[in-house]
Amino acid sequence: MSDIHEDLKDHKEEPNRRNFLKLGALAAGLAVTGAGLQKVFSGSEKPGEKVKVLTTDGQLVEVDKNHLDHSCCGVPSKEARQGIPGKKFVMVIDLSRCRNARKCQKACQKHHHLPEEDKWLKVFKMQDAPSTSPYWMPKPCLHCDKPPCVKVCPVDATFKRSDGIVLIDNERCIGCRFCMAACPYSSRAFNWHKPDQPGVDEAGAYSPETSVPRKIGTVEKCDFCPDMLRQGKLPHCVSACPNGVFYFGDMNEDIITNGDETVKFSQLIKDKAGYRYLEGLGTEPSVYYLPAANRQFPFKDNAEEKPEVKKS
Amino acid sequence: MADIKEVDSKAISEPEAIAMLHQLNEDLLPKKFGIRGTLWVILLLIIAGLGVISYISQLRNGLSITGMGDYVSWGIYISNFVFFVAISLVGSLITAVLYLLNVPWRAPITRLAEVIAVAAIMFAGLIIIVDMGRPDRIHHLFLYGRIQSPIVWDIIVVITYMTISLLLLYLPLLPGISFCRDRLTNVPKWQKWMYRFLSLGWKNKPEQYKIVKRSIAILCVLIVPVALSIHTVTSWLFATTFRPGWDSTNFGAYFVSGAFMVGAAGVIAGMFILYRFFPRYDQYITKKHFDRMGKLLVLLSLIYLYFNINEYLVPSYKMKGEEANYLHELFSGDYAPMFWSVQIFGMIIPICVVIFKKGRKPLPLFIIASMVIVGAWFKRFLIVIPTMLHPFLPMQELPEKWKHYMPTLQEWSITAGSLAGALLVITFFVRYFPIISIWEVAEEKGISHKVIYEHLNEQ
Repeated sequence: MSDIHEDLKDHKEEPNRRNFLKLGALAAGLAVTGAGLQKVFSGSEKPGEKVKVLTTDGQLVEVDKNHLDHSCCGVPSKEARQGIPGKKFVMVIDLSRCRNARKCQKACQKHHHLPEEDKWLKVFKMQDAPSTSPYWMPKPCLHCDKPPCVKVCPVDATFKRSDGIVLIDNERCIGCRFCMAACPYSSRAFNWHKPDQPGVDEAGAYSPETSVPRKIGTVEKCDFCPDMLRQGKLPHCVSACPNGVFYFGDMNEDIITNGDETVKFSQLIKDKAGYRYLEGLGTEPSVYYLPAANRQFPFKDNAEEKPEVKKS
Repeated sequence: MADIKEVDSKAISEPEAIAMLHQLNEDLLPKKFGIRGTLWVILLLIIAGLGVISYISQLRNGLSITGMGDYVSWGIYISNFVFFVAISLVGSLITAVLYLLNVPWRAPITRLAEVIAVAAIMFAGLIIIVDMGRPDRIHHLFLYGRIQSPIVWDIIVVITYMTISLLLLYLPLLPGISFCRDRLTNVPKWQKWMYRFLSLGWKNKPEQYKIVKRSIAILCVLIVPVALSIHTVTSWLFATTFRPGWDSTNFGAYFVSGAFMVGAAGVIAGMFILYRFFPRYDQYITKKHFDRMGKLLVLLSLIYLYFNINEYLVPSYKMKGEEANYLHELFSGDYAPMFWSVQIFGMIIPICVVIFKKGRKPLPLFIIASMVIVGAWFKRFLIVIPTMLHPFLPMQELPEKWKHYMPTLQEWSITAGSLAGALLVITFFVRYFPIISIWEVAEEKGISHKVIYEHLNEQ
């Protein structure tokens, strides 16, 4: 079975991956342009205003405020409701490759400023029946096409975008937690207390695409990292996985990549008997799983184990 | 509705009627509480005050002061909300259903039922705000409300029910307020002013009675579907999700029948307090009333038993995957002691005792009613919490504290505060207004509105 991957890799990887990134870059470019136009029309920005910023090597420099690029931080709430035009994002999680390295989780926690007790991405130890073999199952938000959480929200704080992503506007959420009760995958977390988020400017601009700054009394969850997608980059969990478990891509283009190899989504699902978790509920998730068959690693129930980082 | 007839005044002679009327006023106009009543008010004020303090702490620190977590994300605030909505259904049961069925003995207990309903639905609304993570954003419901959400349906029906219940309490109370205004001369100024203001210039004219009676008839018809919908929609907050234990088409009927049972028990408890602790009230709320309410309680309990059998026996015959874990937890797991206590002491024993005539005497019936009320509170706990502990995916990678749910002291305090608050509303009502409707009892005894007009409107 793994030969198919190699085949696909040989034939498709280079041009398609570049394609994905190129389109992503285009989308990001559009977003920046959009933000720029907004500034022009609102007329609030004074040209030539200087601001001090700290560079990566620790030097304080003064730059023109207009030269600052905010596209890394997600777009404002109104724009964030629209989705990235022309996209329909999809994730495929290959259970046969997961060895519980938890690099995905670590990257997710770090980039979303999450404390230990809040995990947007969990890695479950699954065993379907007493006689069957256990396996690891990473589970982000499944970004359902018929999301039960969105259906029950009384204030339209959680919404489904045209690109398939389900997001939360933490500035609108009233904290009723009906979405948490409605989600059959337990994907949602709540800020029970004032979020502990070191390194985040709590007075800074909020975007539903980053969920930062996080807000007390509101619900949050895995967001497929739309701020990364706008820049043409992969979600943090996908790029952090050392074993290539996560594929991410665009359903419209039928292309997905795990960072190392780029494959046709439909082909991979067909060849490896992909399925969606709890299909019977009719929620139509955007996350597909490949069965834990022909596993690359023996199952070891040791979460503390130092995982080997795959050589590139 | 045009057939509302003036009560036949010939059955009773006029001097007799006047004497009776004065006796009614003597007996039933509100009086100052004795030492027991004062202590009761102080106790309730302390509990409610502690609840307010705890809520201020919750406003400062967020819902982290509760025992809730990402798995049990709805706790006793929600189960208490369901309890309040349930008990508030009694207003429609006693006032409307008994009215529409033309049950003759309803007059002395309708107002009690309606006060319980209004107090409970008020605190249902408050407790749901307490449960919100961002109460400061409550206006978002009006700015961004989505009609697709069952929460919005619930808000609409609860507000409608509260409005109709308030009207059903207030309109029949107008004559009572006017009696207070005209007869209670030895009361503080603010109290006189309140009666004058609230009585809307009521003059006890037969035409006025006609209007009120017509309004009651209309409201009684209106409130029945609204009452059924408040508890049905409340059940849908659960039944519209996928979760084992909630994913049930039986839920609406199950909730409504349970609500009627606990509501009847609530009225019985209130009746007993009036019967036992208020002098001469036992002339109006009699053993006969306890007997009748007892029979009603048995009937309602049997209906509830029927829906319980549907709710638990059918799924446990199948023992479907995810539901099996949940049901085992209820029947023989961590929640089994609570589950069986609630089912046995809150439903089976009440049925077995109250079905006999001796069980329908005031004191035994009061004890049974109290058991039903306590059982009903914990039944709501059992409906909400165990389900949240049985999600589809395994409960892994979560802090140890979230694997169970134990409400914190502050959470208990807020919940107890809300219950005390509702009791305070009822208590203050009893202190300042006639809890037994004077004119309706007079009407029941055959005193005509004309006599009331002529002899109670002096001064």
